[in-house]
Amino acid sequence: MLLTFTDCKIRFLLLFSRQGKLRLQKWFTPMTEREKKKITRDMTTMVLSRQPRSCNFLHWKDLKIIYKRYASLYFCLAIENGENELIALEVIHRYVELLDKYFGNVCELDIIFNFEKAYFILDEFLMGGEIQETSKQMVNRSIEASDMLQEGDNSEWFELELFG
Amino acid sequence: MRGLAVFISDIRNCKSKEAEVKRINKELANIRSKFKGDKALDGYSKKKYVCKLLFIFLLGHDIDFGHMEAVNLLSSNKYTEKQIGYLFISVLVNSNSDLISLINNGIKNDLASRNPTFMNLALHCIANVGSREMAEAFASQIPSILVAGDTMDSVKQSAALCLLRLNRTSPDLVPMGEWTARVVHLLNDQHLGVVTAATSLITTLAQKSPEDFRTSISLAVARLSRIVTSASIDLQDYTYYFVAAPWLSVKLLRLLQCYPPPEDAALRSRLTECLETILNKAQEPPKSKKVQHSNAKNAVLFEAIALIIHHDSEPTLLVRACNQLGQFLQHRETNLRYLALESMCTLASSEFSHEAVKTHIDTVINALKTERDVSVRQRAVDLLYAMCDRSNSKQIVAEMLSYLENADYSIREEIVLKVAILAEKYAVDYTWYVDTILNLIRIAGDHVSEEVWYRVIQIVINQDDVQGYAAKTVFEALQTPACHENLLKVGGYILGEFGNLIAGDPRSSPLVQFNLLHSKFHLCSVPTRALLLSAYIKFINLFPEVKPTIQDVLRSDSQLRNADVELQQRAIEYLRLSCIASTDILATVLEEMPPFPERESSILAKLKKKKGPGKVPDMDEARWNVNGNTEHSENTEPTNKSSPPSLVADLLPTNRPRPASYSPTILSAGNMAPSHPFTDLLNMNSSPAAGASLLVDVLFVCKNNGVIFENQLLQIGLKSEYRQNLGRIYVFYGNKTSSQFLSFSSSVTSSDTLKTHILPLLRLLLTDLSLNVHTMPVDPTVEGGAQLQQILNIECLSDFSDTPVLNVQFRYGGTLQNIAVKLPVMLNKFFQPTEMTSEDFFQRWKQLGVPQQEVQTIFKAQHPMDTDVTNAKILGFGVALLSGVDPNPANFVGAGVIHTKNTQVGCLLRLEPNPQAEMYRLTLRTSRESVSQRLCDLLSEQF
Repeated sequence: MLLTFTDCKIRFLLLFSRQGKLRLQKWFTPMTEREKKKITRDMTTMVLSRQPRSCNFLHWKDLKIIYKRYASLYFCLAIENGENELIALEVIHRYVELLDKYFGNVCELDIIFNFEKAYFILDEFLMGGEIQETSKQMVNRSIEASDMLQEGDNSEWFELELFG
Repeated sequence: MRGLAVFISDIRNCKSKEAEVKRINKELANIRSKFKGDKALDGYSKKKYVCKLLFIFLLGHDIDFGHMEAVNLLSSNKYTEKQIGYLFISVLVNSNSDLISLINNGIKNDLASRNPTFMNLALHCIANVGSREMAEAFASQIPSILVAGDTMDSVKQSAALCLLRLNRTSPDLVPMGEWTARVVHLLNDQHLGVVTAATSLITTLAQKSPEDFRTSISLAVARLSRIVTSASIDLQDYTYYFVAAPWLSVKLLRLLQCYPPPEDAALRSRLTECLETILNKAQEPPKSKKVQHSNAKNAVLFEAIALIIHHDSEPTLLVRACNQLGQFLQHRETNLRYLALESMCTLASSEFSHEAVKTHIDTVINALKTERDVSVRQRAVDLLYAMCDRSNSKQIVAEMLSYLENADYSIREEIVLKVAILAEKYAVDYTWYVDTILNLIRIAGDHVSEEVWYRVIQIVINQDDVQGYAAKTVFEALQTPACHENLLKVGGYILGEFGNLIAGDPRSSPLVQFNLLHSKFHLCSVPTRALLLSAYIKFINLFPEVKPTIQDVLRSDSQLRNADVELQQRAIEYLRLSCIASTDILATVLEEMPPFPERESSILAKLKKKKGPGKVPDMDEARWNVNGNTEHSENTEPTNKSSPPSLVADLLPTNRPRPASYSPTILSAGNMAPSHPFTDLLNMNSSPAAGASLLVDVLFVCKNNGVIFENQLLQIGLKSEYRQNLGRIYVFYGNKTSSQFLSFSSSVTSSDTLKTHILPLLRLLLTDLSLNVHTMPVDPTVEGGAQLQQILNIECLSDFSDTPVLNVQFRYGGTLQNIAVKLPVMLNKFFQPTEMTSEDFFQRWKQLGVPQQEVQTIFKAQHPMDTDVTNAKILGFGVALLSGVDPNPANFVGAGVIHTKNTQVGCLLRLEPNPQAEMYRLTLRTSRESVSQRLCDLLSEQF
């Protein structure tokens, strides 16, 4: 057992289109904008050049890259070496399910036009590079709850402040 | 936000990059004027504009304003405004922003709001930004949120992961406390989401201080057992495609990988049962055809196999795991084949399963030939390398060589290195080795790095019996018309040294040899030509009859007036040397190379470097240390330890004339062989397993110097000295890579603050540390191959049982590395030995007769019972060894005084070995109960 700790189990998640356009980026470790751009470029070229029906895993530097294509979008997750690849693949799938549940038949456009929602959903699911909540119902419930707050605009907490 | 949607579609409709930039600049100007305008913006507009800025930023444009407005949104009472504010901050604010204090204020209010949604946003923000200032502001508060009884489940989850993040970025700010015990009990929580988050946190904490979280083992096993045996519907929404809580299962299995197999027999068998159940399930028919089902199921299976390999103690489980992976090797899912190849690499290192892995050799070779995906083929190469041993090395090397002819260019160099290593390691006769390397050069000459051809030369020079064969073989190989330049280098060098061994044959007479080499001279690069010139001067010594021919060559304009300074200088100097020196002098100067000192193969070092941290399976190193180089090292002369361990020195005999600037490529090769100056300095032979903190404890109780940590990047060595209650530790950090470590820093923390009586010691450690870090600049970098020294001063204030932890942090290749390793500072380090007579001893022994003062333990010997070793260990423990005290001469008796700042504690000990039963009885009497116990614990682990 080596006592080496690096920042996060999941280092970053990138969503990009078949044309290599970045649609969502989440970095779980601090990185400069330069590094981010470099990594994004590396990931898109590497993943897009893969043959169909290849395996979903790649070694890249000291990380493992787990990627999967859903329709026109590639989901690309970087995990630490030694982490479980298959469960990471299902992290991607669970996120897609969550997006699908929220948007109803999610497509790339939903993520472009509602990017902030895509981030909020991701935040309910992952935190600090670890999985926070694996239950679809639980995540959906909290997303719905925050949407209720949005609809109602003046939340009860607001009123509490007013009268309290 | 309609405005946002309109803006996004505008951007999408832009036909060119210029149009997009124009549209964005227009929007930026608009937003700027809104933010600067006299009219106060309402929350909605502010949110909309901040969101637009965020969108622009995510498109890849720089944003230099709007941060303040985003921070203002944090104090909004409207959830969505707050949410956008936090999102902007987590995406755009980096950790050293000057807005942090304002952001902290917003977070503080939200954490205090008792509104779970707001609290979650705040916790997310802390985890996302994770800066030191935030950690300072909130680290103490989050544990209490986590363990408070009235905290909502969702907040607990966020708090656990937030704490985990802070622990990784600023471990010193997240001290253990009474919350630790309560965190462990979250493993029993009813809410599986809470358990999942808590397991992640506990795993990270347990890696750093395993002792504090030992109680989590039984809870984790119990939890795992319940999940594994549950009917899939029991866990409701935590069942994922008919697999019960796969994420939690994987996490629990990872947590268990922080520990050795449970000692408690019942617990151990319960865990074995779980693992067996998981293995059994793999054989059941799938409950769903969906790939998600099989992925989740196999994710748990692979993690269970990882735990089985980690424990490495149950042969039946290991063999079952191997068989399971064998099935996957032929699975139709590429992912499973890939993972099976990868896991088998680690299985190959276990003695229990190495043979079982080897039975799959044909499948793996087949994978190498037929897999369509290069990353799968690469794993097959790795596995062949890992499973290689004496019995199958010829087959594996042959298969790898034949694969090399068609291998992808991206992995050729790595295969070359692996073939070179295996060929050397398992060479029974060196002719096979020489053939293999020459084949490598023939097949993939461009990918044969310098290390490889240096190595073949080193070995040929060190092995008398292969020199003639090597000369003959290179001579033949050189006759192919288009031989690779690397072959010319090897050929030039070997013929220059050993050409005389084949000169008797008229087909390879001196002149033929020379003409063969020289016919290729004009086609090669400067470094090779330089090497050939050296070979020529060696020829002059070996074969006086070709001297005039060679002198003519050296004298020609193309040499003496060569545009390259290096070549010109060599030609002039060699020519001069051959003209003026007598035969005797020539013979001395150009004598055959002395044998190279034995050391780790430079090729192995190169492979490790190439593969990066963690990619060369550990077994490689372990086996290398055990078996490597043994065959030929016995024939070689004693090695000269003091010679500089660089390749430059190797290839350049000191007794040979050499121009001030030798061949540039050879000089640069010096970087390739990283030297660890202090390893030799300290003369430490401790096992590389020092990475495990538990071992460090045990290993260093009786010794003060050694390597306490080593991975592919860093080696940490210690030299320590103690006098009475004071200690000084010299810590050496060695950068094993060739690149810089940036932002290198270290700190010492206690892994346990519960025990107040040791706090003073640790506090002192910390303050002293900050005063005495002599060699650390403010933002230090450690150059590749360099070593940094740090001095820690320690004072023992009172007796203690905890071990301080050294935390090291640095950036390597853009990623932050955190290393925590236990510092071997134990109570016995503050011993002063006391000599006394038999009478004195027994008098004091009787004085310490109160039952609490005596601690006795009987234990089984872990090592062979050797009197000399035991003597050395007791002396190393710090006490004086008293002979003639005990009536039974087989027993050991010792005495010493533990010095702390406030008191001195006298200590007497007696160790009675029982060789028949392989048991020891250890008795300690000291004036203080806690000291007796601690010393007893420390010493009893040593035998």
